[in-house]
Amino acid sequence: MITETQQSLAQAVVARAQADAAAAPGQSIPLPASYAAELDAQVAAAEANGPRWLADLRRAGAAAARAQGFPTTRHEDWHYTTTAAIAEAAFPSLASASGAVTEGDLSDFTFGHAEWPTAVFVNGRFDAARSTLARLPEGVRVRPLAEALREEPEMLERVLGKVATPEAQPFVALNQGLFVDGLLLVVQKEMEADVPVHVLHVTDATGARGATHPRVAIVAERHSKVTVIESHVGLGDAAYLANPVTEVDVADGATVHHVLVQRQSARAFHVAHVEARQGRDSHFVSFSFAVGGQLSRTNVYTLLGGEGCGATLNGLYLLDGAQHCDHQTRIEHAQPNTYSRELYKGILDGQSHGVFNGKVYVRPVAQKTDGKQTNNTLLLSEQAQIDTKPQLEIFADDVKCTHGATVGRLDQTALFYMKSRGLTDETARKLLTYAFAADALETIEIEAVKDSLEALTLARYTT
Amino acid sequence: MLDIKNLTATVGDKQILNGISLTVRPGEVHAIMGPNGSGKSTLAQVLAGHPAYEVTGGAVTYDGRDLLELEAEERAQAGVFLAFQYPIEIPGVSNAYFLRAAYNEMRKARGAEEVDPLEFLDIVEEKARLVEMDPAFLNRSVNTGFSGGEKKRNEILQMAVLEPKLAILDETDSGLDIDALRIVADGVNALKRPDNATIVVTHYQRLLNYIVPDYVHVLAGGRIVKSGGKELALELEAKGYDWILEGAAA
Repeated sequence: MITETQQSLAQAVVARAQADAAAAPGQSIPLPASYAAELDAQVAAAEANGPRWLADLRRAGAAAARAQGFPTTRHEDWHYTTTAAIAEAAFPSLASASGAVTEGDLSDFTFGHAEWPTAVFVNGRFDAARSTLARLPEGVRVRPLAEALREEPEMLERVLGKVATPEAQPFVALNQGLFVDGLLLVVQKEMEADVPVHVLHVTDATGARGATHPRVAIVAERHSKVTVIESHVGLGDAAYLANPVTEVDVADGATVHHVLVQRQSARAFHVAHVEARQGRDSHFVSFSFAVGGQLSRTNVYTLLGGEGCGATLNGLYLLDGAQHCDHQTRIEHAQPNTYSRELYKGILDGQSHGVFNGKVYVRPVAQKTDGKQTNNTLLLSEQAQIDTKPQLEIFADDVKCTHGATVGRLDQTALFYMKSRGLTDETARKLLTYAFAADALETIEIEAVKDSLEALTLARYTT
Repeated sequence: MLDIKNLTATVGDKQILNGISLTVRPGEVHAIMGPNGSGKSTLAQVLAGHPAYEVTGGAVTYDGRDLLELEAEERAQAGVFLAFQYPIEIPGVSNAYFLRAAYNEMRKARGAEEVDPLEFLDIVEEKARLVEMDPAFLNRSVNTGFSGGEKKRNEILQMAVLEPKLAILDETDSGLDIDALRIVADGVNALKRPDNATIVVTHYQRLLNYIVPDYVHVLAGGRIVKSGGKELALELEAKGYDWILEGAAA
């Protein structure tokens, strides 16, 4: 049953996207027919089984996905990253978890803290046997999304698609049309979680040539505090697509730390979208660590929607071979006295290609905005390449916004200094390379996560 | 220990060293003095193996080996140490980690066992006392945010830990106040042994009040124009360099 209002909403989305496409031809590749069929099936299922808002959400997602297709490099937001290979592969949604993942398979990914509350998703489905959600911190509630859709749809209606929307976001649109599972995490007001919650998204060997579209919704109520780690990992070396979307609602006075750890398999496609909406005096602290995948794109967006709030978006990407890794951040200063801090660092070897696009919008009302953005790249080979693009659009007149980008190679003077103390050329190079990454990793607040990522980085450059 | 014969070197296409000959025996302290641009620092860097300098002629024998054939790290492992005029900052690498890595490379080169972080802490804390350095500096990044004096003390701390056979101090006195100068000089003197040698490169005689040389050489235009005992330094202090340069030109 489709009401007129709902139809016109969906039509409006389509009309807008078509208008955009007409204005700039060649910006997109048509959506593969198999995806269109999957989207139709999800719309039909939601229409048949309800709830009605879900059918609306599916329709809007499907319409936006159809209208936008897959972006090409003529699309402004995708200028350095082609999604043609993803469109061509057209990996179908994985139907179920394999059930074959063991505790041992996951031990490399638990930061030495298997006892932390961990929600494990295998091939996009919640794996109760591998998850440890018995000892959640007081005031924190989690529920697998598929279960929440059955048990508390009215709660999800208030949350899903409210922060991350499909307009001008082809992969968010696809996710909205196709998500089947994921996590709902709610922190009650004034509760401070004393341990992090780990959401571990796994694609195992049976997930080869398949796709997952997990959706995570984090709701931090007034004056609450929580840390959520989301790991996206691949077991084996298969090609697959992961298309996760995470929405974070940070209420007044709340603090959310969000750590993304991308360790997908070497042939994986990974397109992630994290979007936060922040209330007054809230803090959103994000770290994106990326080492995996043949092609990865990570969006980290936040809307500084309350006075006195702020965001810290940091990241580190370590690339080699023919890897392509693209980060796009977007910070919208929408209220006065808001701050943003960004430090993204990349170490690029082989023929790898890094992209950093940092958007900062300052609305006319957002006076006294204090923004600082830094992107530093260390190139270890002649063929490695970085495209770094700060993008500041400032419409208020009393603001402080700075940005800086550096691209360099290992400091020859420092190398000589270290060698003059007896360190071999190789050791000196590796130590200097690690040192480049160290100050970004230093910013991670959870000690075990910081130590673990430092160890990963150190091992990568010293063995 | 060190035998330099008619050494010439260039940086870019500019000749800096024009035939230096110098012999250093175990237990000796040699001071190399000279006006700015005379080639003092270049000599120090060439001996340590800086890749920016090209040796175009001459020979350097160290402990019976051809020093010029060795890479910078091999020279260090063989006991050559250069205290830098401008020590390098290495953000992200802690002083303790760096020192231990260097110390273990030296031990490996001698065929000795590496030491673990705890054992090393005992060693380094004792050496830190020698240069009156707060052990808190060990946990800070190498030279990062250190004052000029702290950097120079850190150089001497490295020297104390690595126990070189041949230490070359490149204008270690520059930029130091008298207290820092005394601490640095005391450190160097405490490390002096009959079987090691020190080359002190300096512009001023002041340092030589504290580190007393056996020989003083005056460098000008990339060659040694005068050599003498420690009294030569005092003479230079009193009369400046001009009289020697004129004598050399004549």
